[in-house]
Amino acid sequence: MADMSLKKHEMAVQPPEIRNKNFDEVALGYTEEQAMAEAKRCLNCKNKPCTTKCPVAIDIPAFIQMVAQGDFEQAYKIISSSSSLPAVCGRVCPQERQCESKCVRAVKGEPVAIGRLERFVADRHNQSCTEDPTIPEPNGYKVAVVGAGPAGLTAAGDLAKKGYAVTVLEALHTAGGVLVYGIPEFRLPKAIVKKEIDSLKKLGVDIRTNMVVGRISSVDELLQEYDAVFIGTGAGLPRFMGIPGESLCGVYSANEFLTRINLMKAYEPNSDTPIIRPRRAAIVGGGNVAMDAARCAKRLGADEVYVIYRRSEQEMPARREEVEHAKEEGIIFKMLTNPVEILEGENKTVRGIRCVSMELGEPDASGRRSPVEIKDSAFDIELDCVIMAIGTSPNPLIRTTTEGLECDKRGCIVTLEDGVTTTKSGVYAGGDAVTGAATVILAMGAGKSAAAAIDKYIKDNK
Amino acid sequence: MYLIKRKKELNSTVTLMDIYAPEIAKKARAGQFIILRVDDQGERIPLTVADYSPEEGTVTVIFQVVGTSTMKLNAKREGEYIEDFVGPLGRATKVDGFKRVAVVGGGVGCAIAYPVAKALSQNGVEVVSIVGFRSKELIILKDEFERVSNKYIVMTDDGSAGQKGLVTDALGALLEAGESFDEVIVIGPLVMMKFVSLLTKKYSVPTVASMNPIMVDGTGMCGGCRLTVGGKVRFACVDGPEFDAHQVDFDEAIKRGGMYREHEQHSRESCNLFKNN
Repeated sequence: MADMSLKKHEMAVQPPEIRNKNFDEVALGYTEEQAMAEAKRCLNCKNKPCTTKCPVAIDIPAFIQMVAQGDFEQAYKIISSSSSLPAVCGRVCPQERQCESKCVRAVKGEPVAIGRLERFVADRHNQSCTEDPTIPEPNGYKVAVVGAGPAGLTAAGDLAKKGYAVTVLEALHTAGGVLVYGIPEFRLPKAIVKKEIDSLKKLGVDIRTNMVVGRISSVDELLQEYDAVFIGTGAGLPRFMGIPGESLCGVYSANEFLTRINLMKAYEPNSDTPIIRPRRAAIVGGGNVAMDAARCAKRLGADEVYVIYRRSEQEMPARREEVEHAKEEGIIFKMLTNPVEILEGENKTVRGIRCVSMELGEPDASGRRSPVEIKDSAFDIELDCVIMAIGTSPNPLIRTTTEGLECDKRGCIVTLEDGVTTTKSGVYAGGDAVTGAATVILAMGAGKSAAAAIDKYIKDNK
Repeated sequence: MYLIKRKKELNSTVTLMDIYAPEIAKKARAGQFIILRVDDQGERIPLTVADYSPEEGTVTVIFQVVGTSTMKLNAKREGEYIEDFVGPLGRATKVDGFKRVAVVGGGVGCAIAYPVAKALSQNGVEVVSIVGFRSKELIILKDEFERVSNKYIVMTDDGSAGQKGLVTDALGALLEAGESFDEVIVIGPLVMMKFVSLLTKKYSVPTVASMNPIMVDGTGMCGGCRLTVGGKVRFACVDGPEFDAHQVDFDEAIKRGGMYREHEQHSRESCNLFKNN
């Protein structure tokens, strides 16, 4: 008999007043008892509506049944047959817009906590499992993967399991892409990412860091050495608003601010990488990156941290849990507010930001009601740091150095209907490099599709 | 890990290192840069390629000891290793299609100016090199410059070598005397580049400045290296490092370059590596 309680079982978290001063993980995960109890809320629907909204089509009810029965390892096997980074996705997927949005239990009450259960299963496996995976028989073909982010790592894992010799070329000194430079430690501990990467290495994947493809070698050069190339270079180029004052000292792109903190560990005393520790900071934007930057600024010791977003909270693209956590931690939300100028203080520093108030008008192309400026509504907020988190676009490095690789006017790589086959023979792409900035799980889905397409391409051309 | 194959002190604060990185050595061109990390806790620092040898598999960097990272790097010995070395990054200098070019270098900037002068000379361009230093003891790469330059002019602040004065004095004198250049390439401290740029603007000589702003990744990801060029935001790492000097907002670049000065001073005082010595 299913547990018919209307609410999810609570997951323990660090108290807000303590966690907003440290970088340790906020959410602490379920215990075995909590997980089994939550799993019993699942009705095990025959038509599996939750699975239809999962970009990698995990058999969600099947794994949850295993959790309910206490067979956690079997639950892990079910998840990992579809997802290569379960410990990551359980933490960073926007479940409320995917699997959990279709949960029948949500018709009356809260959905089953699918994300928390996925996280529990993956963490439990990682703690208890010590056996190395069996390395598959090599099939004699070589594939190069450009970029060690979610898309590239997923493609690499799937291809390695099929027997391909996979080399991953990563521009930074650490593999992981946005999982290491973007998402903070308190939301996704780097030890988890490292573990996932280590398990790829155990599968025989060769990860080469410090390799900037487009400079050290071109995609064409890679095609001479490899049977196919996958491009998963993400959307790393930060956007700015184009308002006065964006070049002042104290204005960061969210990418720079987060990279200094997450990849370079600038908050640790023994790191050589400097960072401004703001007293009063504003983050412009309403996505997960904005939430991450705001919560990092707070943890660096800022007294006041604002999130400035031009639409209302309802339209914010950030994951619901992150918004709630940010509020609990004391982040101040300035909704329906748009910056028009960053105000200059002494010596080209920031002394504040000038904003106007907005109201919601007619729905725009995205289907969201578009913000319209309210006349004579300008006001200033006193600040010493502004962080721009208004989106990113794909890096031009590959596009400008690869002939025959078609890109659209936003700079995204053009693909066939399958979403991964590019206009250049033998070259596949996926993730943010194709879609523009999106989510970890969508990039992983693309990595999976690309691995299948590459496998077919190579076998067909034998 | 990357081997330091050779280390040579060029003067009291400037050091040359040949780093074994054969793949980069094969691809590097004058004007490009690399990013290195000395150790696991290290900062990513950009250094322009001072020379490269595909045969030896080495890339040469020349650096001035200014902060924690360059101090740590300078503490490494020949035969030891550094953690990370990535490149080549940025666009290469345009070194063909000219008849006569003036290469102006200031201080440690001469380390970057030299490979440019060398590449120009290899392309049959007549090179006039004007280099400036505070005093005689600080002069670097004298023989190298002389080898690749048709004319080599040394300026020192105190007159202890060459002529007493600034590089702008020497360049101004040549321009005033009616000498013509297809282009001036200037590499050195921001203030020097600003004044060279103001000078050549007066004479309408196309001028390129090699910018070396604060950077993290060097691939276009952080935007920390942004500059205002012709009123537009440009990233030095992917759009540069060279820009039309007449369009660069040097005053802004000077301020942005000082963003972490306090941090640098603090970390130099507290760096454990040097406390223990």
